[in-house]
Amino acid sequence: MDIFLQQIINGLTLGSVYAVVALGYTMVYGIIQLINFAHGEVVMIGAMVAFSVITALAGTALPPVLIVLAGVLAAVPVCMLVGYAMERIAYRPLRGAPRLAPLITAIGISIILQHVALLVWSRNPLAFPQIIPLVSFDVGGAIITGVQIAIILTSVLMMVGLTLMVYRTKLGIAMRATSQNPQIAGLMGIDIDRIIAFTFIVGAALGAVAGVMVGTYYGVAHYTMGSLLGLKAFSAAVLGGIGNLAGAMLGGILLGIVEALGAGYIGDLTNNVFGSNYQDVFAFLVLIAVLVFRPSGLLGERVGDRA
Amino acid sequence: MNLLELTHLEVAYGGIKAVKGIDLGVPKGELVCLIGANGAGKTTTLKAIAGMLPVAPEAIRYNGAPIGGTRPFELVRRGLALVPEGRGVFGQLTVEENLAMGAYVRSDAAAVKADLARAYSLFPRLAERRSQSAGTLSGGEQQMLAIGRALMSRPKLLLLDEPSMGLAPLMVQKIFETILAVAKEGVTILLVEQNARLALEVSSRGYVMETGLITLSGPACDLLVDPKVRAAYLGEAD
Ligand SMILES: Nc1ncnc2c1ncn2[C@@H]1O[C@H](COP(=O)(O)OP(=O)(O)OP(=O)(O)O)[C@@H](O)[C@H]1O
Ligand SMILES: [Mg+2]
Repeated sequence: MDIFLQQIINGLTLGSVYAVVALGYTMVYGIIQLINFAHGEVVMIGAMVAFSVITALAGTALPPVLIVLAGVLAAVPVCMLVGYAMERIAYRPLRGAPRLAPLITAIGISIILQHVALLVWSRNPLAFPQIIPLVSFDVGGAIITGVQIAIILTSVLMMVGLTLMVYRTKLGIAMRATSQNPQIAGLMGIDIDRIIAFTFIVGAALGAVAGVMVGTYYGVAHYTMGSLLGLKAFSAAVLGGIGNLAGAMLGGILLGIVEALGAGYIGDLTNNVFGSNYQDVFAFLVLIAVLVFRPSGLLGERVGDRA
Repeated sequence: MNLLELTHLEVAYGGIKAVKGIDLGVPKGELVCLIGANGAGKTTTLKAIAGMLPVAPEAIRYNGAPIGGTRPFELVRRGLALVPEGRGVFGQLTVEENLAMGAYVRSDAAAVKADLARAYSLFPRLAERRSQSAGTLSGGEQQMLAIGRALMSRPKLLLLDEPSMGLAPLMVQKIFETILAVAKEGVTILLVEQNARLALEVSSRGYVMETGLITLSGPACDLLVDPKVRAAYLGEAD
């Protein structure tokens, strides 16, 4: 087996999930310069809701694809509602407050959402029911599974869709205008409150799908799963240049690959002192390195620039 | 009839009054200018009209209705557009995207397209640079874009804040020609200017503002020959 190619495939899979989650961080940051630390929890709630639906439908005769689709269709609106509610209730009243206030609030919301999930789903992990037949293909000595292909394709579709929305539609142009100068955007007749709410909702919808994907990939969902995933996706967004859409995508994919290669080779590199269970370290090594050597990220250039 | 009517308008920044109770009227279809020295409160007045600063509702009437404190995006829908001081183009959006944002409140796609073509014929320079990001335009081009963008909303009342600021004489002339052309089409205009002579020459009425108060007003032709105006704003001592 080709370890290198295999780790690239694994890295691409996870990386595309990170990319989709990172988009949620970067979109919100781009528009209101807030790091929404609760975004990881939205992803978690997406996974939990979807797993509940999928488990409930697992006994039926429905084809697996439809069952997973039903899970996604349930998770997306729930997460959109959560995203909208947190913006309305927690962040909007703090607009114009010192930056530390919404940041601390974000951490608070993240804790609240985790505990709500704990109350609803208990502390036991939800297991993904065995409904998807294991399909895999051999590519040049490495293996890619059907689930991996589905994850990568879905992520790419969402990234392309989001990019088209942001760069080709009137609403997308209004989002970019608002992120550049909300006051002037208001003078254009843009209701910036709606644009900001919309940004949260779109980010949450992407997060919901990402939650289902990552849950399906690992086969479990748990009320704490959002923290680490969220931090990694946030690192990816910083790596690409926070506020920059292309940066979030690139950062996510790169981070996934770095992590996978790190996990694949760390044993060899350290004479088996460290094993692949140290793979989570890589995301944060990357984060630290970026913050030290290139704080604006790979593609970022305009942190703090607002006319 | 006055399209815009300010009645004892007061505007304060955290307790400090920048506009201290002014009365001002802009008759429908006319071009009125507001001149005055730096810090007089001209920009503050325009921002208040455009809904960017909190004021008493009755202090500003537009089309007969009180609009003081109404948020900017709602006023745009009602035909009121401000070209802000310093232009305020979206530097990272293209010229065409900036113009599209001017028409944000409109849903009549065909008419918007026609207006876009009209904006380009008004400012051929913008047509050449339609897919260039607005931040790369010269100051004069940015001013053209800011005016063109405001026109895309088909305003009934256009508020212009120092359109000549920082521009070379030739460009100033071009901008003023455009303002006159827009006024001829029936758009009501309130023009704030440091260049008092030019402003009074194109206006039907003028108001002079000093430290938050209107100190003089009248037909523009009278102000042009008023000794106090000539001494203080037209750089002529006599
Ligand atoms: N955001 C603000 N906060 C506090 N004070 C302000 C603010 N903006 C303006 N001012 C004050 O209000 C007064 C009027 O300012 P304004 O900008 O309206 O003047 P202006 O007539 O437009 O001047 P200029 O010709 O220089 O543009 C000034 O004393 C200014 O310092
Ligand atoms: Mg001013």
